[in-house]
Amino acid sequence: MPVTLALIFEQMLNGVQFGLMLFLMSAGLTLVFGVMGLINLAHGSLYMLGAFFCAAGAAATGNFWLGLVAGTAAAAAAGALIEVSVIRRLYTRDHLDQVLATFALILILSEGTKMVFGPFPLYLNVPPILSGTVDLGLTPYSVYRLALIGFGLAVALGLWLLIGKTRLGIRIRAGENDREMIAALGVNIRALYTLVFALGAALAGLAGALVGAVQSVQVGMGEPVLILAFVVIVIGGIGSIKGAMVGALIVGVIDTMGRFLLPRIFATFMEASDASGLGAALASMLIYVVMALVLILRPKGLFPAHA
Amino acid sequence: MADPVLALNGLRKSFGALKATDDVSLTLRPGEIHALIGPNGAGKSTLIGQIAGKLQPDAGTITFRGRDITRLSTAQRARLGMGRTYQISSLIPEFSARRNVMLALQARQGHPFRFLRPVMRDRALLEGAQAILARVGLAGRASVPSAELSHGERRLLEIAVALALEPACFLLDEPMAGMGTEGVGKLVNFLHGLKAQAPILLVEHDMDAVFALADRISVLVYGRVIASGTVAEIRNDPRVREAYLGEETA
Amino acid sequence: MRDTHKETVVNLALGLGLLLVPLWALWADQPFTITLATRIAILALAGVGLNLILGFGGMVSFGHAVFFGVGGYVAGILSQHATSGVPVLGLPGSNQMLVIWPVAMLVAGLLAAAIGALSLRTEGIFFIMITLAFAQMVYYFAISWPAYGGEDGLPLVLRNRFPGLNTMRPWHLFLVAWGVLMVVLGAMAALRASRFGAALMAIRQNPERAAAVGINPYGVKLVAFVISGMVTGLAGALMADLSRFASPAMMAWTMSGELIVIIILGGTGRLFGPLAGAAILVGFEVTFGGMTEHWKLWLGLVLLAVVLFARGGLIGALAGRARHG
Repeated sequence: MPVTLALIFEQMLNGVQFGLMLFLMSAGLTLVFGVMGLINLAHGSLYMLGAFFCAAGAAATGNFWLGLVAGTAAAAAAGALIEVSVIRRLYTRDHLDQVLATFALILILSEGTKMVFGPFPLYLNVPPILSGTVDLGLTPYSVYRLALIGFGLAVALGLWLLIGKTRLGIRIRAGENDREMIAALGVNIRALYTLVFALGAALAGLAGALVGAVQSVQVGMGEPVLILAFVVIVIGGIGSIKGAMVGALIVGVIDTMGRFLLPRIFATFMEASDASGLGAALASMLIYVVMALVLILRPKGLFPAHA
Repeated sequence: MADPVLALNGLRKSFGALKATDDVSLTLRPGEIHALIGPNGAGKSTLIGQIAGKLQPDAGTITFRGRDITRLSTAQRARLGMGRTYQISSLIPEFSARRNVMLALQARQGHPFRFLRPVMRDRALLEGAQAILARVGLAGRASVPSAELSHGERRLLEIAVALALEPACFLLDEPMAGMGTEGVGKLVNFLHGLKAQAPILLVEHDMDAVFALADRISVLVYGRVIASGTVAEIRNDPRVREAYLGEETA
Repeated sequence: MRDTHKETVVNLALGLGLLLVPLWALWADQPFTITLATRIAILALAGVGLNLILGFGGMVSFGHAVFFGVGGYVAGILSQHATSGVPVLGLPGSNQMLVIWPVAMLVAGLLAAAIGALSLRTEGIFFIMITLAFAQMVYYFAISWPAYGGEDGLPLVLRNRFPGLNTMRPWHLFLVAWGVLMVVLGAMAALRASRFGAALMAIRQNPERAAAVGINPYGVKLVAFVISGMVTGLAGALMADLSRFASPAMMAWTMSGELIVIIILGGTGRLFGPLAGAAILVGFEVTFGGMTEHWKLWLGLVLLAVVLFARGGLIGALAGRARHG
């Protein structure tokens, strides 16, 4: 298939859409790490729960939007529950313990989901109002994917307002800088932490629900996204929402464009079958190579929150 | 006069708008104890950090045994012969006092990648460590994990570890901190004998100890050396009285 | 009994137990049990590699499966080229274990040097995420690279050979695995007791103090990382022979997680910890896996309980805390 401007434009949009969904995942993850100093591997499971409860809710009510609310709320509730029962005991532990405990949570939540919803993928359909394509001049583009871009930008704006302009946001930013201090100032740390964790979970659940309509809703869907979110945070800088946005867009666009362009580039001077194999292989490695480069130049990421 | 063992030249370090080290120059000559005093917040820790290699100065140079060490790492400086102790004891908690000293001895000898011979059977390391612990009075506590030693014992162990490096200069950061009168007295005598082995740059708050030990004193206030000279000169310097000693006698 | 003696007794029991159970199975004609024991020995070996840097050195690598997988693929690729007669990178293939093992260790070691050189410039959560990311990178490469099976993996038509033994027989393969494990454990014991081990232990507890006495933390950690990658790579080569299959799943993040689980269940940093942990994990899978298909849920709960309440693992429970003299 020849490379046309229309195709490139379409792929760029796909990259931005992918990046914005990654942003939702990464923002939650980086907030939790910035405020509580905790690495949470179960974040991918919260993404998965959002997708499952959205699918179940949409199937039960026949309404995608109710499903979306159900998915986000379920993820937030699960997040709060997990925080109070398990996560809270980990804040003073070292990173190894946090990795192990949250890895255990992945096992529990994955198997639990299989037990409740069965081992097969669930189906989640795009809502009718967002189905179909719209003509963007250069190319027709999926309405739903445009809506995802819109959602992502709206959430980013909402987060920016929350962190920058509200009292909760001030507490979050203060908490990122000095945990002991805000406790001394009378802020209820326990409640704050639960709230931050639930907020991160809600973002992950929302992302899972939204993406679930274009990809399948199945156990194990969260972990590949989680790992990408880690790459985003390493590139963007831990604790930085701005870094998460920049990192997510970089990862989203580079990954999508890489997968699109590399096999075609190789095809210009190689056999078609070799080109597609090599191109695909290198494209899948591309963002990790970018991550390695960023690390060499800026070991703390592009926008480290802590100087 | 012999060349100084350690020389700081025009050192500057700022954190944002705060000038923690503001054009500091000083020297440490062979055989002397040079004390560095100053009120809290004067920038003593920042200065020590730059000398030891933990912080990079914004400007200026540090010369040690004739070499420019400004860009060298902490480990490289230690291998060149800089022996430092920490203001807050920083030891290997699970290791006994003996093993802490053995670690320094082993590092001194080079060969960090000896993979096969067991360390605890190495007579030279074991006996060497025991001898050094005896010098600081910790021989009887050699097998105790350093985390279980008393505060005063840990301060002594810090010095023992520095001794094991056979350094060309000692960088002692408030070694008397938290030690009782008797402990301080013993340590003062010990340090007095130590300066013949290698000169000492001594950061201290205990003014009695400083006046008893120092050959020279430099006074650091808001990152600048406001006065530098002998004990008598500093005691009588009005600027120093005002800035530092004045607070004590008020 | 002093704690260090207790630990030695426990270690002996574990090592002998791992030998005696399949010996009994040989007598009782239960080849499946022998295969299980072989699997335990190989997983333990993989864990021993990781334990050097994770338990002993305090570096939480969440990407160690990459070395396991690379070792497996080296075994598979050399074996395939030996069968086909086509040289790989100019050299002939091989189906001799004694040739494959050094090559697997060399390749894993080189990869560990590259990954370690970059990753060890970071710490804490960065290090965890970066090691995970690099492992994923190689994993996706293995899936997409069609020459050696891609997603489907690479079968080993015949097991590689060991002089004097018939590796197709479960008992013989077990002896090879057990023997390698014991030799490596011996080497690890010597390493831990050596100056290098002392430096590594010191760096884990207080890297600044180690630097202040003249030890370069980065250099020591990098060497440890490379050694640990080589040992896990060796285990991967053995696993490819056991399952007669090298697949990308050996490099998946879930495998990295499994290796960490083995270490914590047995006792982080304890010499024979991975052996205890591998036995517990495989035993768990066999017993609970038979009862319910959701056995991983129970594993998760047990793991959570161990992390929260029984942090020392099995060896910690039996032999108390480690003493370092």
